[in-house]
Amino acid sequence: MPRDNNDTRVFKVVGTRPPRPDGIDKVTGRAMYGADVTAPGMLSAQILRSPHAHARIVAIDTAAAAALPGVKAIVTAADFMAQDDAGLDDILVNCMARDVVLYDGHAVAAVAATTPAIARAALKLIDVTYEALPHVTDVDAAMRPDAPVVQAGRANESVPAGMSPNVTHHCEFGHGDVDAGFAAADVIVERSFTTAATHQGYIEPHACLATFTGEDKADLWCCTQGQYNVRTVCAALMGMEASQLRVTASEIGGGFGGKTTVFIEPVALALSRKAGRPVKIVMSRDEVFRATGPTVSSSIDVRIGMTRDGRITAGEAVLRYSGGAFPCGTVDMGAQSAFAAYDMPAVRTLGWNALTNRPKEAAYRAPGAPMAIYAVESVVDELCQTLALDPLDVRLKNAARKGTLSSYGPTFDDIGLVATLEAAKAHPHYHAPLGPGQGRGLSAGFWFNFGGNTCVSLNINTDGTVGVTEGNPDIGGSRAAISQMAAEELGLPYEKIRTIVADTASLGHNDVTDGSRVTFAVGLATIKAAQDAVAKMCARAAAIWGIDPDAVEWVDGAAQPCGPNAGKFPPMSLAEIAAVSFQTGGPIAGHHEFNADGAGVSFGVHLVDVEVDRETGATKVLRYTVFQDAGKAVHPSYVEGQMQGGAVQGIGWALNEEYIYGEDGRLQNPGFLDYRIPVASDLPNIDTVILEIPNPGHPYGVRGVGETPIVPPLAALSNAVSRAIGLRLNRLPMSPPRILAALSGS
Amino acid sequence: MVAVVIWGSLRRFTDGKGRVEVEARTFKELLDRLSQDYPGLAPQITRGVSLAVDGLIYREAWFTAINPESEVVLMPYMTGG
Amino acid sequence: MKTIQVSTTINGDATEFLCGPDESLLDVLRNRLGLTGVKEGCGTGDCGACSVTLDGRLVCSCLVLGAEAEGAQIGTVEGLAQGDRLHPLQQSFIDHAALQCGICTPGILVAAKALLDRNPDPTDTELRYWLAGNLCRCTGYDKIIHAVQAAARTMRETADAQG
Repeated sequence: MPRDNNDTRVFKVVGTRPPRPDGIDKVTGRAMYGADVTAPGMLSAQILRSPHAHARIVAIDTAAAAALPGVKAIVTAADFMAQDDAGLDDILVNCMARDVVLYDGHAVAAVAATTPAIARAALKLIDVTYEALPHVTDVDAAMRPDAPVVQAGRANESVPAGMSPNVTHHCEFGHGDVDAGFAAADVIVERSFTTAATHQGYIEPHACLATFTGEDKADLWCCTQGQYNVRTVCAALMGMEASQLRVTASEIGGGFGGKTTVFIEPVALALSRKAGRPVKIVMSRDEVFRATGPTVSSSIDVRIGMTRDGRITAGEAVLRYSGGAFPCGTVDMGAQSAFAAYDMPAVRTLGWNALTNRPKEAAYRAPGAPMAIYAVESVVDELCQTLALDPLDVRLKNAARKGTLSSYGPTFDDIGLVATLEAAKAHPHYHAPLGPGQGRGLSAGFWFNFGGNTCVSLNINTDGTVGVTEGNPDIGGSRAAISQMAAEELGLPYEKIRTIVADTASLGHNDVTDGSRVTFAVGLATIKAAQDAVAKMCARAAAIWGIDPDAVEWVDGAAQPCGPNAGKFPPMSLAEIAAVSFQTGGPIAGHHEFNADGAGVSFGVHLVDVEVDRETGATKVLRYTVFQDAGKAVHPSYVEGQMQGGAVQGIGWALNEEYIYGEDGRLQNPGFLDYRIPVASDLPNIDTVILEIPNPGHPYGVRGVGETPIVPPLAALSNAVSRAIGLRLNRLPMSPPRILAALSGS
Repeated sequence: MVAVVIWGSLRRFTDGKGRVEVEARTFKELLDRLSQDYPGLAPQITRGVSLAVDGLIYREAWFTAINPESEVVLMPYMTGG
Repeated sequence: MKTIQVSTTINGDATEFLCGPDESLLDVLRNRLGLTGVKEGCGTGDCGACSVTLDGRLVCSCLVLGAEAEGAQIGTVEGLAQGDRLHPLQQSFIDHAALQCGICTPGILVAAKALLDRNPDPTDTELRYWLAGNLCRCTGYDKIIHAVQAAARTMRETADAQG
């Protein structure tokens, strides 16, 4: 991996704040999102969903619906082939229930008709006979041996015998002698926590348009974080060859992990194949909440030992996650990251996943980490209170740093936690006075960051401009950041570059936009593609000058002779080389294809002041500051935007957001009125402090940014509220009724 | 020989050992030898594993070279948001 | 159900359309008139992505019937720019990085303009309460507030210069 990163490099374009290339389209309403396209002869489809949390499908009678004028196709599970691969089959069964419905909102049939109104009317004519089955929606209840069984036979080899069939997955991480560590502690605090499932809450509902041409060739337009993954999954489910399914990603109206999988795309494809016409599906908000992936719900026990002077001697956590009605490995990442911020002599984390009658979990920003770190950071804060120690000093004293054996196994390289904690300690926010009834909380947070499979093409146009073609939907301004890195490497102004997101026919596979991978991995591929093009341009200049290509170097956007024997030629700019490219060997392009490794982990620290209204139980966020090691910030405004947006999603998780299930196992709040995400009037400005500790694995020092900021708010808010009301809370969200209940001692 | 640190729940398949030694020069050789020497690890390796070599996490790269003195840690394959 | 013929004015242009008696103004704008800059996030008036002005009043077009547009003046995001000249709010949103995914942006721009039309110098608190009906999941609102205030300053300075 590259370790040629130069801390003293002076950047010209990287680190500036140019306007985003999609800006004008987005402020004028011209940008095309998932639901914004139509096709000639297009049909509209609607999906019938289960009203039961758990039931056997005895029969589905679609005859009356099929007879309704305007109905062109109906599909059920019978129209899809079961998959050998268990993961793929789970995706398919989540798109269309087979024999059993596993949660409220599970799809059972779909209708394509000439208008949405006819499709809706047809749904009412489909007669489904259900036989209700016992259900379970709570993770702790699902783990009991006598719990209703969601699916049997789904446990993998990691699960010991004798547990409920709902338990599908087990993991353990850690090092050191935990018992000896606790024996060395002066104080041990052990607490249990629960966190609710929350939804990514993107404002754009899932939407797609599928068009079959003949039996085996199709085009699919959809809002997704990964068109290549959509192609892989849908081609398998439809029994198609990948080359015959072209997937184009629309502009994406928010994803946050929730658009890394498919829900409606295979259904639209199946309806289109059956009807012989284009089929569009647009989910309603109710469907988004009931049938697309929320995050896991969790129940966590944490035990930490500390000496009187604030040294952590041992830590232990047991995490019980539920990713809904299908096996889910997210608890791995929770168990790995729970104690990642600490240098610990002894640590052990145990993770369990249990099936519940809830929708299939989809990734949500730093999946698995926020709830685990919330529990750990709450206990650390309580220890600080118990021992009358400063919470930042204690974190600094125990902070993971270069050379620390991490809680998940490897030894850390250069990481920015200490610098981030020191920045928080030096900030005026930490020293500002608090009023009566107010509390200040803080928490550290962590995410691994990913690399992954990436292809980039970079074309030198004959007029001296450059087109960059990449394959990852832009969810946070990545087209701007990628153009900046291309401009930096080529020595061109930002305005000369245009970066586009390609369809699946135009590039090789690109992994999903996830894990904060794009600015790191696509940026690295872009730099390499630019270097490839530069080498070719230097060779063209050398040929024109009649000198050895090794005697040419690239400086400030131009080839120039170098070395004692190169001869004296005036530099040739990129535009000059491009203008004669047809005469010197043909068009010039750079490429890079790789599976990127070397993503650098990222730490953040959040500080928050709150005031709790003891009459209503409402929490007001008064002041909020985010400190984060971003590595090199390519576009600082978009880095700040990630930090602010992630923080506010975390604030929502801490204070209000939750999936609420009734005794009947049905979701009670599938709408934005009752699933309350933060609105503008709930919040203060979100201040940001970017630390730039270079990632050794990237030539510019870039790390991922987007995931980490959702991690610290949960504990930061909980610690602030707990200090404000003088009572320790251990359940999220800390909604007004819960705070009132805590204050009244019930 | 390379010393590979495995995570705790895999110890059931390595006779209780948290660190196992295998003869391997690359990520791929290491996975093959682990599956061969400890068949109980094979299902997890098939599902997906990452490998941290001297602190850098590799998700799939078969030909990543491993030195005998490297710190090698097996990790679950991560997927994200 | 019989369709209704509606005569209205959209972004200054006289427009006629047919719609069903139960069809929302949002569906008419998007599906019959091709104004897909108006976004649907919920269909229940909770998210504000479909915000338009109806005779100068800010409304969620998902909660208005198409038939109610008869004789009215409708304003959508498509009408904010004058030719290729962006409205100061639009320019400010780009300059201040006040959008990420951009799906809420049309509604927020329309809502912010409706506020500045009646209150050219709002406090941050007034602005935050005015925009409380427009959900944004990407930005945390911080840069949106800064962008609207910067645009308001520009618009006041322009008005002063012209006054």
